[in-house]
Amino acid sequence: MQAAVIVFPGSNRERDVSLALERAMGKKPLMLWHGDREFPKVDLVVLPGGFSYGDYLRTGAMAAHSPIMREVIDRAKKGVRVWGICNGFQILCETQLLPGILLRNAQLKFVCRSVTLSVENNESDFTHLCQKDQKLKVIVAHGDGNYFVDSSTLNDMNNHGQVAFRYCDNPNGSVHDIAGVFNKQRNVLGMMPHPEDAVEPLHGSTDGAVLFDSIVKVLQ
Amino acid sequence: MTQAIKKSSQAVSDRDQLLAEHGMTHEEYDVLLRVLGREPSLAEFGVAAAMWSEHCSYKSTRVWLKQLPTKGPHVICGPGENAGVIDIGDNMAAIFKMESHNHPSYIEPYQGAATGVGGILRDVFTMGARPIANLNALRFGDPSHPKTKQLVAGVVSGIGGYGNCVGIPTVGGETNFHSSYNGNCLVNAMTVGIANKDRIFYSAAAGVGNSVVYVGSKTGRDGIKGATMASTEFNANAENKRPTVQVGDPFTEKLLIEACLELMETDAIIAIQDMGAAGLTSSSVEMASKGNLGIMIDLDKVPQREPNMSAYEIMLSESQERMLMVLKPGREGEAERIFHKWELDCAIIGKLTNTGRLVCTRLGKTEIDIAVEPLVEQSPLYHRPWEATPSAELLNASRYPFPKDATALTVLQQLMASPDLCSRRWIWEQYDSLVGAQTAQGPGGDAAVVRLEGTQKALAMTVDCSPRYCAADPVMGGKQAVVETWRNLCAVGAQPLAITDNMNFGNPEKPRIMGQFVGAIQGIKEACEALDYPVVSGNCSLYNETNGQAILPAPVIGGVGLLDNVSKTATIAFKADHMVLYVIGETLGHVGQSLYLREIFGCEEGSPPPVDLIAERKYGEFVREQIKQGILTICHDVADGGLLVTLAEMALAGDRGAIINRTGDAGFWFGEDQGRYVVAVEKSSPFEQNAKEAGVPLMELGYTGGSALSLQDVGTLELSLLKSLHDNWLPHYMNN
Repeated sequence: MQAAVIVFPGSNRERDVSLALERAMGKKPLMLWHGDREFPKVDLVVLPGGFSYGDYLRTGAMAAHSPIMREVIDRAKKGVRVWGICNGFQILCETQLLPGILLRNAQLKFVCRSVTLSVENNESDFTHLCQKDQKLKVIVAHGDGNYFVDSSTLNDMNNHGQVAFRYCDNPNGSVHDIAGVFNKQRNVLGMMPHPEDAVEPLHGSTDGAVLFDSIVKVLQ
Repeated sequence: MTQAIKKSSQAVSDRDQLLAEHGMTHEEYDVLLRVLGREPSLAEFGVAAAMWSEHCSYKSTRVWLKQLPTKGPHVICGPGENAGVIDIGDNMAAIFKMESHNHPSYIEPYQGAATGVGGILRDVFTMGARPIANLNALRFGDPSHPKTKQLVAGVVSGIGGYGNCVGIPTVGGETNFHSSYNGNCLVNAMTVGIANKDRIFYSAAAGVGNSVVYVGSKTGRDGIKGATMASTEFNANAENKRPTVQVGDPFTEKLLIEACLELMETDAIIAIQDMGAAGLTSSSVEMASKGNLGIMIDLDKVPQREPNMSAYEIMLSESQERMLMVLKPGREGEAERIFHKWELDCAIIGKLTNTGRLVCTRLGKTEIDIAVEPLVEQSPLYHRPWEATPSAELLNASRYPFPKDATALTVLQQLMASPDLCSRRWIWEQYDSLVGAQTAQGPGGDAAVVRLEGTQKALAMTVDCSPRYCAADPVMGGKQAVVETWRNLCAVGAQPLAITDNMNFGNPEKPRIMGQFVGAIQGIKEACEALDYPVVSGNCSLYNETNGQAILPAPVIGGVGLLDNVSKTATIAFKADHMVLYVIGETLGHVGQSLYLREIFGCEEGSPPPVDLIAERKYGEFVREQIKQGILTICHDVADGGLLVTLAEMALAGDRGAIINRTGDAGFWFGEDQGRYVVAVEKSSPFEQNAKEAGVPLMELGYTGGSALSLQDVGTLELSLLKSLHDNWLPHYMNN
């Protein structure tokens, strides 16, 4: 299995996710700079957390239009697994690979705290090692994590099992407590919380590791 | 050349007004005339005023700062460089410093605080370190003061806005409120970074003819005369100084960090310096001065954000996210390639010369031609008159019994919901404390603990100061600030290695204020010597006064310690029932300057608790050893609020109560005697025996368990009630 982490100017959790992937895969993922010409064949593309392009304009908006994202979109459409975490989720929404949008947190402040997620759909490559409704203790760290989608799209998403995780203790005002969503084919996952920062005892929770183990098990 | 300057339309005309605007004295101006042998151009005048400002020259404090102990077996680089460097073994070095951004933060809280974080980050990565943690020490005015809330909101948001974006975790800090900060808040930011011991970068220029390279953001008109502003008192028109506050761009800083670290992987850099206070002026002068060289700068080549900037403006701009470097000959292309990859400006703006002069040209004209050495070495040095603070009375706790109808538990509720002791969660949840995935302990404990990626080692870090102690007795207060960092590091099991100091004081031209400074230095010196805990970097912020009212003096200390094994540490939370509680150290009931007196009796009186440096060292080493052996995993130092507050914090952190079978008076429960830790250990633990053998005084307090704090002969207090009181004060204050 080969995974690639895409690094944009302003990404800042690429090291965290790289360490979590290495833990699960037994080898380091490729780190691809957004301007790299070469984009080798990989099984998993990760868009890490951070503030790509400084979050200027709108979170994720500039990265969504960077040349490397055209390639990511192409591959996602061909079935390559794409996982966007935090800023990566914002980028995926901006590219419309995922439905909805991430607004400023309801309390208008950045929030970094431990939250509990409930696994809504364990029928995906990212969640198959979880139980349905399993509780995962992970952390959030974002200023724009307030997920919003219109009600008809939400119905459609529910019908297709596209809600991956819900917050048990909604930290940002997200509609229906949504913390993570799939595309219809469920090869693309976007989520605001950081499972990569909950993979070893040092982190105070290892609940995030199951997501890395799930995707690695499918692809290895 | 002199002719050209004399003819310049910018020749100094209205001298008195210029002197006043730049905070330069007539005597200092006379020195400038002697140095030049003629009248200065406006740009030369600006350069000299900035270099000789209190902020850049430390003219009031240098004679005293020299007394601090700065050497030790693990010190690689002490004060004088961008940051201090210590050896932490395995070919690694920790690089750290704390710096104030008080005046800008009061005027424009978000940008002032944000650029404070940016500036201290640059000081650290300039030396080749990857920053791994940020901390901060904040002091605001009385909560009832109309500006306080807005300052808290802006400063916290600015610190978060910058640190979160650059992706460096903000792992700890302290926040206090006091009316003396009503017109002058304190924002002190600290960064800790890690470098290879053999890849540390310094600022001394070398090699005549080598290129001087400018990298980072373009230069604009922001922050001009910032260093001068930071060297004067405020008056009612402080807000009018808003244009002197810089604007931060954390996104560019993040790129600058990555680009600099990438270039540092090569051996192209000879010297590097960030452009902090007084921008291009101080960076170029300091690099040249340290290398005993001259420097020639073509100001036309400096990347500029705005048209028609004058030499004066370019030299004194404090635009953020800029660095100056000297490269090895022929390596300019390599640097350009890296900086362009990161989409940053990179320009060769000059070269090193053997003239010993700073020469700057603009549009073909020589605007500055001044010897470098006097700008640094002949900067004024003041032996300011000082007066010792009169000694305060030692208060007897029996004079301050619990008020009628109050008990230890009702007082506890009041204290835990007071501005200085309530939960700071509202603040630290706005900081990303976890990015990097190495944070073992974030905010809320005694010290933050951050693992060194790829190893089992960790650094512990903390910032501390008790200004009310310092005001009552500057010597004792200075000592106490140092020992509190020492205790906090020991309480998580770390070996304390070195400190950085951030001296925040009022106007040094007043003998009483200068006396506070002198006293604090003496206290810090004594403590550092007794603990083998040297000062490796520091910063002074003076003139923290508004309308003649000085702040409570705040010599804030940032301490850094080393853990060999991150899994052998302690936290403050009660983790299980039926564990035995002890307090280490002597509980004598010292109520002078305690929060008990302030919150319950509304008085700030008496002498601060005395510090016994020998006992501190002995108890700290004992605690550390017990943690290292795995005997101790729950430990909390006793600080503000005293013993019962400490127990309450441990109970709340672990969501587990305690049954206390001791009785005591107000002094016993709320006195702030130093040198104490509360610990919880298993019944079968050899801890008590070990303490006896080590000659460390212990008092058994009771045991953990239940959902309340139960005090013999007093009653019980449910943790759920205490928690809501403790957690709600700050959010309630900020949201109403």
